[in-house]
Amino acid sequence: MSSPSTDSGADQQRLALLKDGIWKPLPLIRDARWRWALNAAVLLYIVLAWLSVDVNWSRVAQGMDRGVAFMASFLQPDFVTRSGEIFTGLKESLTMTLAATVIGVLLAIPVGLGAARNISPLPVYLFCRTIIALSRTFQEIIIAILFVAMFGFGPLAGVVTLAFATIGFMAKLLAEDIEDTQKEPLEAIRATGASWLQWVNYAVQPQVMPRLIGLSLYRLDINFRESAVIGIVGAGGIGATLNTSINRYDYDTSAAILLLIIVIVLMSEYLSGYVRKWTQ
Amino acid sequence: MPLIRQGDQPVWKKREPLKQYAHWAGWMLGGMLFVWCWAIISENTIWEFLYDADEQAASLIGRMIPPDWSITGSLMLPLWDTINIATVGTVMGIAIAFPLAFLAARNTTPHPALRAVALAIIVSSRSINALIWAMLLVTIVGPGSFAGMLAIALRSIGFVGKLVYEAIEEIHPTPVEALSATGAGRSQVLAYAVWPQIMPAFAGICVYRWDINIREATTLGLVGAGGIGLQMNAAINNLAWGQVATVFVLIFATVVVSEWVSAKVRHAML
Repeated sequence: MSSPSTDSGADQQRLALLKDGIWKPLPLIRDARWRWALNAAVLLYIVLAWLSVDVNWSRVAQGMDRGVAFMASFLQPDFVTRSGEIFTGLKESLTMTLAATVIGVLLAIPVGLGAARNISPLPVYLFCRTIIALSRTFQEIIIAILFVAMFGFGPLAGVVTLAFATIGFMAKLLAEDIEDTQKEPLEAIRATGASWLQWVNYAVQPQVMPRLIGLSLYRLDINFRESAVIGIVGAGGIGATLNTSINRYDYDTSAAILLLIIVIVLMSEYLSGYVRKWTQ
Repeated sequence: MPLIRQGDQPVWKKREPLKQYAHWAGWMLGGMLFVWCWAIISENTIWEFLYDADEQAASLIGRMIPPDWSITGSLMLPLWDTINIATVGTVMGIAIAFPLAFLAARNTTPHPALRAVALAIIVSSRSINALIWAMLLVTIVGPGSFAGMLAIALRSIGFVGKLVYEAIEEIHPTPVEALSATGAGRSQVLAYAVWPQIMPAFAGICVYRWDINIREATTLGLVGAGGIGLQMNAAINNLAWGQVATVFVLIFATVVVSEWVSAKVRHAML
């Protein structure tokens, strides 16, 4: 067995133990010193990180009652008392989600086409990649803060936020998918003398369509989840209702809203799985 | 793909006529649904705010440039907190998600009832955003990094749990059978037949989640759960957009570095 001289001793030991019938798996990192250094570094970091956290245990003990109350309210969610607000919030969230996904996907398609290196020239490619990077770096909630400052409170800021986030997500994945397409159909359609639009429509689109539909549905799902959050900063949707109910310690209503979100996400996940099977 | 004769000229069509009509009807219904949604949004929007949106945007960007670099030094400690929230939260989440994944995978679960419970936990953790968890936890354990860590952990359970249990379900059954045939116990089979097969995927998933958590941790301060988001929130409330811009630049840099680290580690693992 050829091994570095540093751990040949450990290897000998291992083989000797093996002859006695005691087998140990090979360690992930061969050099024992590195192993210990890594363990020590991890331990040191955990201690440092823990020191930076200032846990107020008496406050935690106080809050435990609320924690228990919150867990209990999941067993008896209150859909009725605030049903009006919940219904309006959910309707707004769902409409925002759908409108933002449609607008986002429609805008993402040209950006995605431009960001695919195999079908677009370099300047267009760089421009589209910049748009994608901009939209992907920041969390939806940060974008929402900016759009609320520009467009005022209300669902429009939410739609613009979600659409903007959708562009980056969809365009990146679509561009990667287009770059992975087979070359032969592209060449065949081009050889017939098709125009650029016809070329994209008959050679590129059929190859990426199933995945595009799947991704759009996935993004619909993400947008719904995000729409529950951006309401916190005033961009409309169920988030505002949820925020209010939590701040009022009205946990029965919060639990009802959270359960509704979970059920809708589950339903959309089930549905998108079904549609994906059907399109492929 | 039907050929339709128009006069004596054969014309190629993509679909049968009936299917084509159904297709158009579907598009029309979808379009109507979108218009209806837009109408609801439009009703709830105050369009007067939009007349000066371009001026608002211009003045916002004008006040953000140049960023107010004088506060950079005081942002370093919150940034360190943010990284801690993400890292410790990820570790706690993984510690819970790992056993949960074995309970949720069809081929390693001890009992179907336990599997249903594990799946329910994974789904509820996944459906709820870290910010919502943070809002809840701030009211329970009080504001600060601790609430942020717990929020990140609770959100990570579902993500890591789902991807790991899918990886477990995709393993080769042969090593498991071979080990069982030697008379190995359940835990030995898990340790020597299942674990080596999922380890690369597991490491990749954990690092990927850590990368996402760094992004999410930057915003948790908006609801009081610690990190650089607290400073961002304060700056926004003071309308000090120059300071907000500094925070944005720092967040951008942190995200770029964490993405680079995550890409490097995943590349080395797979």
